[in-house]
Parts: sequence; C-alpha cells; structure tokens
Amino acid sequence: MNELIPAFDWHQVMVAPWTEDLELFGWIGLMGLLVTASCGLVGNYLILRRMALMGDAVSHSVLPGLVIAFLWSGSRGTWPMFAGALVAGVTTTLLIDAIHRRTRVKQDAAIGIAFSTLFAIGMLLTSIYSQQVDLDAECVLYGEIAFVPLEPMVTLGGVEIGPVSLVRMAGVLLVVGLLIIAFYKELLVASFDDGLARAMGINPAWVHHGLMAILSIVVVSAFEAVGAILVIAMLILPGATASLITRRLSHMHAIVLVHALLSAWLGVSLEVWLDCSIGAAMVVGGAAVFAVVWAVIAWLNHLHTSQRPPSPTSTNDL
Amino acid sequence: MNPGGAILGSLGRRRLVWALGLAICFAPTIQAASVQDIANTDWGEQLVRFFSFRDASLRYALVGSVLLGLSCGLLGSFIVVRRMALVGDALSHAVLPGVALGFLWNMSKDPWAIFVGAVVAGLAGTAMVSALTRTTRLKEDTALGLVLATFFAVGICLVTMIQRLPTGNKSGLDKFLFGQAAALGGDDVSLMAIVTLVAVTLVGLFYKELLATSFDPGFARSSGIPAEWVHHGLMLMLAASTVIALQAVGVVLVSAMLITPAATAYLLTDRMHRMLLLASGCGVLAGVTGAFFSFVGRGLPTGPLMVIGASTVFTCAYFMGPRHGVIARWWRHRQSAARTERENTLKALYHIWENGGFRDVGTTLADLAERRKETIDEALGRSRMLAGHGFATVDSNVVYFTPEGRQRAAEIVRNHRLWELYLTNSANIAPDHVHDDAERIEHVLGETVVRELERRLNYATVDPHGKSIPGPRDIHRDAAVRGGDGGVRNPEETS
Repeated sequence: MNELIPAFDWHQVMVAPWTEDLELFGWIGLMGLLVTASCGLVGNYLILRRMALMGDAVSHSVLPGLVIAFLWSGSRGTWPMFAGALVAGVTTTLLIDAIHRRTRVKQDAAIGIAFSTLFAIGMLLTSIYSQQVDLDAECVLYGEIAFVPLEPMVTLGGVEIGPVSLVRMAGVLLVVGLLIIAFYKELLVASFDDGLARAMGINPAWVHHGLMAILSIVVVSAFEAVGAILVIAMLILPGATASLITRRLSHMHAIVLVHALLSAWLGVSLEVWLDCSIGAAMVVGGAAVFAVVWAVIAWLNHLHTSQRPPSPTSTNDL
Repeated sequence: MNPGGAILGSLGRRRLVWALGLAICFAPTIQAASVQDIANTDWGEQLVRFFSFRDASLRYALVGSVLLGLSCGLLGSFIVVRRMALVGDALSHAVLPGVALGFLWNMSKDPWAIFVGAVVAGLAGTAMVSALTRTTRLKEDTALGLVLATFFAVGICLVTMIQRLPTGNKSGLDKFLFGQAAALGGDDVSLMAIVTLVAVTLVGLFYKELLATSFDPGFARSSGIPAEWVHHGLMLMLAASTVIALQAVGVVLVSAMLITPAATAYLLTDRMHRMLLLASGCGVLAGVTGAFFSFVGRGLPTGPLMVIGASTVFTCAYFMGPRHGVIARWWRHRQSAARTERENTLKALYHIWENGGFRDVGTTLADLAERRKETIDEALGRSRMLAGHGFATVDSNVVYFTPEGRQRAAEIVRNHRLWELYLTNSANIAPDHVHDDAERIEHVLGETVVRELERRLNYATVDPHGKSIPGPRDIHRDAAVRGGDGGVRNPEETS
C-alpha cells in the first residue's frame, strides 16, 4: 500500500506545480480548465434538456469519425477532425432516431445500441490501423493531456502563444461562449418551454441540431485531452454541481466556470501526489467538489427543515 | 500492437475489416463474403482449430464467450423490457474501481477477489444513482451519467497507479478495459460457469415475480410480490454477469452485450420466455463470433468484435424481423394504405349510387372523378385497382359494382355512419365534428364491434346527418329488394 500511495508532501503537491514546475503544469492546468469549462457550458444545456445521455452517446461515437478522418486526410489537422466529429455526431442522432422511431425498441436501448456499435467500430479501426493512426487505446481512455507541454508552439507574429491543442481548445471555448451569449434567449426558451419557443418563431429542432453540432465539436476537441469516457464527466459534473446550487441559468454558467477552475487545480495536485492519469484526476477532483456541494446542500436543507415545519405552500417552480 | 506479426497480419486484418464493414452495411450478404474469405486464406483451417477444443486457451475462450453470451442475454432482457438499459451502462462502467481494488487485495489477478470487488462497486454505483435522484433535483439521466463517469475516473486513477508499480506493470489489468477472450484462464471460466448457472436458476425460480414486476408493477404489489427485493436481486445478478463478462468484452463495451442481444430478441417476439431464449442465443452467437475473429485477427480486442457481431444480428432483425422489422412494418403499412384507398373509392361509388336513388345502372368515371376531386385518369386507375380485387368491373368509362364490391361498400358506409351516430349519441360530440374520426375508424371496425354498436344504438337506421344507415338487409340483399338492378350488373350482359 505504501508503494501505491506516496507520502503527501505539501510543498511538492500544492506549491511546486504552480511555482518551480509552472512551465510544465501551467499548460496542463490551463488545458484542463479550458476543456472542463467548454464541456461544462455545453453540458448545462444537456442537463436542462434531459439529454445528458446524448452526451454519453456522442462522446463515444466521435471515435470512428476521428479515426476515419485521420485515415482519409492522413494528418491530424483540426478541420478534418471537426468534420469527422460532426459527421459522427449526426450519424449517432440519426441512428438513435432510426431505431427508436421505427421499431418498438425504446430510446434508452436505442442510445445504448447506437453508441456501442460506433465505438466498437472505432476501436477496431484503431487496432487495425495502429501504424497509420496516431491514436491508441491508451489515448482513447486516458487522453493525452500530459503531452500538451511537449507539443509544438503556435506562433503569431513572432510571439509564442501556446501548444497547438491548447490554442484549438481556447478557440472552441471562445466560440462556445460567443454562441451562448448570442443565442442566450433562444437557448433558454427552447430548453424550458417548447410551445413558447415556437410562438416566438424559434424552431426547437434547429436549436436541438445546433446544440448537437456544438456538442460534437466540443467533445472531439476534448477527446484528445481526456479520452472518450472522461469527457462525459466533464460534460455533466460542472452542470450537475451548478444545478444543485442555483436555478438561474446565468448563475449556472458562472458556477460552471468556477467548478472548471477547481477541478483543474485539484486534478493537477492529485496527479502530482498519486502519479495517476491527469484527466481522471481532474474528474475525481471535480467529483470531490460535487460531493462537497451535495453534502453542504443536504446539511443546509436539513437545518432548514428542522428549524421550521415545512409549509404546505412551498413552491417547486422548476 | 505487435510489431513482429503486424506486417504479416495487416493483409489479413484489412480483409477482415472489409468483411466487417460489409456486415454492417449489407447484413444479408455477409454470409457469402465471409465464406469467400475463408476459402481464399487458411481461415477454414483456423475455424476447425478454434472449434475443435484442441488448445486449452482457445477452449477457455470459446466456453467463456458462450457463458457470457448466455448470462448477459438472459439478464439483459429484463433491463430492456424495464426500460433500464442505461442503468446497465452505468453499472458496467462503475465496476472498474472495484476491479482495481480487487487486484490490490493481494496484488494478483485473483478472479474471486476481483469479482467481489467489482460487484460491490457496481452495486455502490446503482445505490448512488438512486440516492442522487432521491435527495437532489438532478434527473435520472444526469445521475446515471455522473455516476458512470465518476466511478470510471476513480477506476482509471487506480489502474494507472497500479501500472506504475513494478508488479503492476504486467498485471493484465488493461485487458479489462477492452477485453481479450484469449486471456481467460481456467479459474475465470469456472467462475463464469457458476455465475451463469446461478443466474439461470434464479431466473427460472423467480420467473413469475420478475415478469410481474417488469410489466405490471401495480399488479405485482397487490399480489404481495416484494418488488424492491426483486429489483435489488436483479441488480445484484446484473452486476455479477457484467463482471464475468469484463475479461472477454471489457468495461467499456460490456453494456452492449446486455442491451443489443436483448433488443434484438425484443424485435423478434412478443413472449417473454421466447425473448429470453432468443436473447441468450443472440448473445452466444455474438460472443462466439467475436472470440473467433479476435483469434483469427491475432491480438485484435475481443470486445469491439463481439459488439459488432451483436450489432450485425440486430441489424438483420431490424430490417427483417417478421412482425416488428422495418420491412415488415413498411409492407403492412403499404397494404393497409392500399386497402384504405380501395375502400374510399368504394365508398365514393356508393355515395354516388345513393344520391341517384340506388337506381343508376353504373357510375361514370367523370362522376367518380368529380366526387373524389381527381382527374379522370386517376379515377380510372382506382377503378382498375378495384376491378383487380374483384370489387368492380370497368367498361369503357362506366364503373359497375360486383356483388362483393357492393357489399363491402355498404359495410364501409354503415361503419362510418354508425360511428358518427355513436359519437353523437354516446360521447356527446357535435354532429359536425364526428366525420374525421369516423373517416379513420370505418376501415378497422370488426364484425363484433359493429354488432355491439348496433345493439347499443337500438338498431338505428338514420345517422346524425339524416342519411340512412345500411342495415344487414341492404348489405346482403339480392339485386331485387330495392328495385332496379341495384347498380350491379352481370358481366355477361355487358357484351
């Protein structure tokens, strides 16, 4: 057991990553923050629209899209990757619809069948073309966030900005943020009140498809960093934490950003201490934050109900 | 993966992937394609070797995949009919930390320790899902996703920590992630056999309870079946069968072995006991195919291959299922649409005949076209269709009922008017709102329902719009009752 869990050294774990080793862990922490923040912002809408498991499905099924895009273009460029992810995301939604609309198989089973099939095809292609595709089972599961500092730097006008995937992730976060600001009202109305959205001339189907497209893009850029399954955690954990605390969508967005910061910070520390996969450590950090919030909220509720009897007119407005 | 054999293997592997790609796209043609491949290479020999029980490790792989297909198909059926398919998904990801802790117990791949650890972790995961949905505002889907990913992350942390240890490096824990049937040992297979046996026995013993709680929870409660306990027992067995499937299929895809064979069976039958048999059969088929291709492909992960096998079977059932398949549904839909169309034409002919006081010798195509608001050509096409089914004869541009056609037309009009009267009298719907509903139901009312309606309406003869409802005598009369020839014309007379 002593081999497994090394001694906890305060300076080594909590201070050094942000001082002496900033060159290394700064990029990793920043990448974790960007990934969790963009996933969390999109994830908020998934949770509100009860589509959390579509996030699960899409995060598995972008894998074949990614592999085929690699094989097709022969490179690991950004645009083929996004195109592959979009195609895969659309295919997933179409497959799920084809199964549960046209047969008596229910939606939950349809989701399970569609994403596992696509993921299996992706895994098989990965093993078969392991020479050509720069992507292996390890990457699919653990992600490559640890290699972010080793990537070539993007330079703009002679100034180094940052590693390639980090710059891409920052671009994705920027686009997601701008889209949310631009279409805030449309997203809000379409997520809560289908009828009102129609009356206001918003087509809920377009909102749905737009959200799925953004989800595919976010998932595929996060995929490389943290792997297929941990993406689900980054989609759901921040939004779930936020929805425990508040009911206002704008506040939820703010809490998601704080949660992203905390999980990136805790994740790096946990990784330095235990020497495990960074992506998984960030998710465990985020889950710890969720657990603390859950406990505090439960305790506050307990205090609240024990101090005064529950009023029969207490409203549940959501 | 193995640089040595890679160059040799890549040719065969590429062919394999094409075969599998074809299998997904053109499920029916897979048979021919794979037979072709086996004939071209030495796969035939490998097929014999795989199924001949000669090598111990192959024997374990084969028996193991049969056992896992059996238990996963059996228990998966219940989660599919209970609409808990994604609970299976969450459960299967949640077992990973248990696998790692089981390994840490005495730093070896002891099947029993791993089994116990994983089952406990899986149950902890499902307990956490229900705790989350009970105590917070989070919905079930969010809770499932949250537990799934969090447990998986903890598991990944532990696995990477173990792999860092000098002894953990060759632990074979990575086999648990994507599955390798060839890595199964004698201990693993005997554990799988025990779990499968227990699962089959328990399902046999408590079949009635499982059936009642799955389809009619209210009835189950009222007959004193402890639904909670049945649920917990099912979860326990589900966790156990997930865990035994882990080594062969892998954590990531084991949920597919629960869901896909059961969904396939769900498309093929309406009876639960047949569904259980079919699901187990599909599971075994998928398991054995996956293990075989993994053996042939040298080092290809077994899990994805099994899942692709299961999905291929599902694709076949999806298109060609006799009752619920897409093709059968489309055919039935087409048939009933054509029948509705025929009956509407008959009805139009009847209306024209009725408006003419039941006297006209036949109906001109022009009248029919005007009544149905169509072109003459369309009216001619519809009349020919009726003629093809023996309901009418068409002579230049006049349409005549045959006796069968007149009878069917009168029945449809009767159904329509009876239903309108029923809605007006018994459901208090305004007479001008009943037409559209009657327009749909007239095609599906059966004889017994019509008798019942007639009885309830006291054998009324007039509908809410003042038109007469054709009675049995109008429907089955011979040509002379109402005078004239009733529009029926003997085909011989025409010439």
